[in-house]
Amino acid sequence: MSKASIALNRFGYGLKREQSAPDDPARYLLAQMDAFDPFPSAIAGRSDNAAKPGEILQMLRRLRQQRQMQASEGEADMAAMTEGMRGSDPLNGLPPEVRQSYMAAGQTLRRDVALRTNIAIASETPMMERMVHFWSNHFSVSAQKPGTHYQVADHEFQAIRPFVLGRFSDMLKAAVLHPAMLLYLDQFQSVGPNSRFMQMRARRRQGDQGGGPRGLNENLAREILELHTLGVDGGYSQSDVTEFARALTGWSIQGLGRFERFTQGQANGAAFVEVAHEPGNRTIMGRSYRDSGARQALDVLDDLASHPATARFVATKLARHFGGDDPPASLINRLEADFLKTGGDLASLTRTLIAAPEVWAAEPVKFKQPFEWLVSVLRLTGIENLDARRIASALNEIGQLPWRAPSPAGYDDLAGSWAGPDGLFRRVELAERIARNAPADDVMWRAQSAFPGMLSDNTRTWLSRAESGTQALGLLLVSPEMMRR
Amino acid sequence: MTFTLDRRSILGGSIALGTASLALPSMAFARTAGEKNLLFVLLRGAADGMAMLAPVGDPGLSELRRATLAEYDGARRADGFFAIHPAFDQVGAAYAAGDALFVHATATSYRERSHFDGQNMLETGAAQPYAKSDGWLNRLVSMIGEQAGETHPKALAIAPTMPLALRGDAPASSYAPSALPQASDAFMARVGMLYGEDAELGGLWSRALETQAMAADDNLRNLRDAQAAGDLAASLMRGEDGARIAMIELGGWDTHANQVGAFRRNASQLDALLGAYRAGMGSAWADTMVVVATEFGRTARLNGTNGTDHGTASATLLMGGALRGGRVMADWPGLGESDLYEGRDLRPTMALESVVAGAVAEHLALDPERALARLFPGRSGAPVSGFVRS
Repeated sequence: MSKASIALNRFGYGLKREQSAPDDPARYLLAQMDAFDPFPSAIAGRSDNAAKPGEILQMLRRLRQQRQMQASEGEADMAAMTEGMRGSDPLNGLPPEVRQSYMAAGQTLRRDVALRTNIAIASETPMMERMVHFWSNHFSVSAQKPGTHYQVADHEFQAIRPFVLGRFSDMLKAAVLHPAMLLYLDQFQSVGPNSRFMQMRARRRQGDQGGGPRGLNENLAREILELHTLGVDGGYSQSDVTEFARALTGWSIQGLGRFERFTQGQANGAAFVEVAHEPGNRTIMGRSYRDSGARQALDVLDDLASHPATARFVATKLARHFGGDDPPASLINRLEADFLKTGGDLASLTRTLIAAPEVWAAEPVKFKQPFEWLVSVLRLTGIENLDARRIASALNEIGQLPWRAPSPAGYDDLAGSWAGPDGLFRRVELAERIARNAPADDVMWRAQSAFPGMLSDNTRTWLSRAESGTQALGLLLVSPEMMRR
Repeated sequence: MTFTLDRRSILGGSIALGTASLALPSMAFARTAGEKNLLFVLLRGAADGMAMLAPVGDPGLSELRRATLAEYDGARRADGFFAIHPAFDQVGAAYAAGDALFVHATATSYRERSHFDGQNMLETGAAQPYAKSDGWLNRLVSMIGEQAGETHPKALAIAPTMPLALRGDAPASSYAPSALPQASDAFMARVGMLYGEDAELGGLWSRALETQAMAADDNLRNLRDAQAAGDLAASLMRGEDGARIAMIELGGWDTHANQVGAFRRNASQLDALLGAYRAGMGSAWADTMVVVATEFGRTARLNGTNGTDHGTASATLLMGGALRGGRVMADWPGLGESDLYEGRDLRPTMALESVVAGAVAEHLALDPERALARLFPGRSGAPVSGFVRS
């Protein structure tokens, strides 16, 4: 691969139709850092959905209470909502207001998926979009639970985009304390065992039968340590997890009726519920944190962000994403050293990545993930502003809907997860359909522009032998050059 | 050119090359093209005329095409000398009813073997690839409009994107049907070749195809799609507000390997489409002409993989309710070694441009000479005549 080709394809989302290859690849990438717009107008036009999760949870709670009065299985409805679109009709038998609410949530998610995809397709700073999507996947939230459909895109737009060239600690705090994450990893209903809320409840001696908060939930604390900061071998113990979970108590979302009068709204739509917070000082990873209410968790997060294990873990992931499934140790060391030296300055880390010789290896180092492949395909064909339904169904078909990763670890970043027969077949089928709907003249010229200096003789031969421009375009879209970066 | 009657022209029935026989009454030109319909079907990938209409009466055929001869056992004969491919069931019925005719050994003036350049010439009508940016079908729309006093007939591409033949100054629109027959088989085969040298993708692809082979054959669906496309074309062209000029394209004809099966599948789809279209046009069929053409033909000899490679002359199919059909027009060049073009291809003996210009001019009551000059400028031949019942 030539340097121009690497700048376009390995760092970015491929050549955009009508674009020409950069003369100075490294400078082209650095210029994108200056030109990046964290808040494109398309995002600014979204409606504010901050109140939606609370509304939906309230609605479900009412439904559950009604059902229990009717002696029916209340949990089944919750499960049906949670299960998403699995099964024949999960909405079957639900009241109209719940069905409508569910459909509206799905529609919002589809619109946001299309928004994200179309921004990447049209972007003049594709490397920065790649960075956004890398970090978004690092702090993965998945639209599965009721209410999260409205929040997952907001998480990326508000808690990731503005920070991709900022400080890791700021992104960490914004991302893990965003309502989408608080919902996704159950933090919103975690209550300190010795909090005032539990004491009041004990005095009232009436257990909440509705499955409401019952005490401490360690889910978010564990995932922050394991997935977002130190890594699984980062040297934390079970007691660190529990202590951190206690420090996090009180962080919840707005609009949960019962907490409302004790809630301090946060700028990002989250809330800190003082009465649910576990009182007392905490000891985590050998450091002591005095009880400062909402600040206690923030202090812990700041220390986790600057921990050497975090530097190593983040450097490894970034190296894997741009330098190969099994990245060179020298690349990891380079990124790790930068992260430690700057205290997690992501602009410096990005510049170090661009300057690292290992990332400019001539041979392709990665098999493209489905989302990367589709965005590069649509950029190359010049198809813009596809409607939401088509984009979502295409991404679903090839197996990678944004914000629907199967686990909090996000989508996997190894070829083994994506380079499978079925996945490849689906890409080929989709490529043929896309090619039929795109201008198919000058395919050979476009192939040469998209992959400057690296179009193989084999691909060139089969493009030139195609029976029509449309067939040649389809073949280009699934060529080895297009499948890897 | 001089024209002498010989064994070959007798085969072709009444061919009249040149304008001497053009005794169209002048009043014919005053008739409007207002009620006439024209559907142009472009077969992309170089459809094999010798498979479409096999010259079974030529002793050279068995030598060149041994592996495919069994296809034509019991097939419908045309003019005694030819056999219509058995997949052309409804086309064959139309032929028997006098509503279809074949023109054989035709080619445009293009003599190289690139699909892209060949299709470009067939669509633009230019004498060189890339010499014109508009299409002959679009210029035909303009011509009709000028004759009718500037009201252009409605022109429509039944395709997701506007094909080159319909691009140009005259207004034309495109309509993407939800179901067009998929050229998937052809595309999938190409993907396999593209991945041939790539260990990872090649391996994944073979495994994917094995899995697919266990799934149902999708040709039935393709046949339904082809029929649906024919129905759709008819529904868009019926009635006063319908399109008068339309175009459909079908891919998958580049049969480099295992031609028998691939051609049969493609021909079945084309047959389903044309049959549904003919039925769907109802009484308007009498005012309708269909022109089915391809960019060039294929090698006369089968290659080592029982396919054929890029050639020169192919066959053209015309259908319509007013045709003098049920015959083959051909100045048959023969299949002997010295008869073949460059020793490998069916030799072109009739200019496809002269056939198309002559046929549409007769159908639409345009002056054939002027039509040829306008649609296919820079050609030396004269329009062919005698397509339509006068």
